Amino acid sequence: MKNPGSLDSFCDWLKETRVSVLLQTVEWIIPAVQTVHILAIAAVVGGALALSLRLLRAKNREEPGDPVVSTLFAMIWGALPVLLVTGALLITAEPARDLENPVFALKMGLLVLAIAATLVQQASLRRPSRKGTPGGIRRALAVASLALWVAIVFAGRMIAYVQSL
Amino acid sequence: MPVDTWLSRLEDTSIATAVRENSVLFPWIECLHVLALATVVGSIAMLDLRLLGWVQRSRPATQVVAEVVPRVWLAFAVAAVTGSLLFSSNAVTYAHNDFFRAKLVFLALLGVNTALFSRGPGRRIGDWDTALRPPVGARTAGVISLTLWIAVTLCGRFVGFIRVSLIH
Repeated sequence: MKNPGSLDSFCDWLKETRVSVLLQTVEWIIPAVQTVHILAIAAVVGGALALSLRLLRAKNREEPGDPVVSTLFAMIWGALPVLLVTGALLITAEPARDLENPVFALKMGLLVLAIAATLVQQASLRRPSRKGTPGGIRRALAVASLALWVAIVFAGRMIAYVQSL
Repeated sequence: MPVDTWLSRLEDTSIATAVRENSVLFPWIECLHVLALATVVGSIAMLDLRLLGWVQRSRPATQVVAEVVPRVWLAFAVAAVTGSLLFSSNAVTYAHNDFFRAKLVFLALLGVNTALFSRGPGRRIGDWDTALRPPVGARTAGVISLTLWIAVTLCGRFVGFIRVSLIH
């Protein structure tokens, strides 16, 4: 399966930049950046799990508890920039490993969906429960968003194992 | 060395061999390990930050503990089982890996920290769980826990890095 020429040349160009060369040559930088990436993942997983369980346990017409719920959304939204920056560094260090990897593309697709699901959840919780989202949809969203984050974690680790299809 | 002999025997078991040689098993077990540790660290962080009095101050600490602890134990169990399976696949190499050893030491220290907390400030948690500022013992336990879990995560990542620099 031949990669589009422009993607190849972009990866080649990126690999030659000073930042990329630095990241590649100082051996401990990539694992260190990955560690920060993993810690941010922990924040998202911890927050999303707490949020989903809360929403699943909440009785149909009750608010799940505003202050706590805001904290949990803050955990997720706060961790995302860290994931984006560390992710960008990892891509810069090894462009082809990610950009020419179908599992990475899958991960990015899932990420878009997860972000969308989280936004919809947050919006739905702002409306009063009487006129707002019915309990069933709220619960389905809770399960779906958590499932998406879990799938992203798996896809992320699988990148290293699936170099190309 | 008797320990290495025992570890060698562990590596030769059918389970360990399967994990090592099956191209599907190792990656999926590792994924589950990462998910489990992310759950542990993320959930514990919520508790530690509450012990520090930095987040969810309006909520009694006892409530945060009650919410977080069950899922941490479950996720830790999954991490321990998956970790043991991964370890067994290359027991001798991992046992001699400094980062792996450090990881075990930090996990043991976390156990000590937890025990000291439940015997100390945790015992009278009802006294301070709605206080504006948790007692210094609770805050110390929170800082130590956060630091050690970060160290565990770092060491865990560097175990693989040292072993085979291709797999990262």
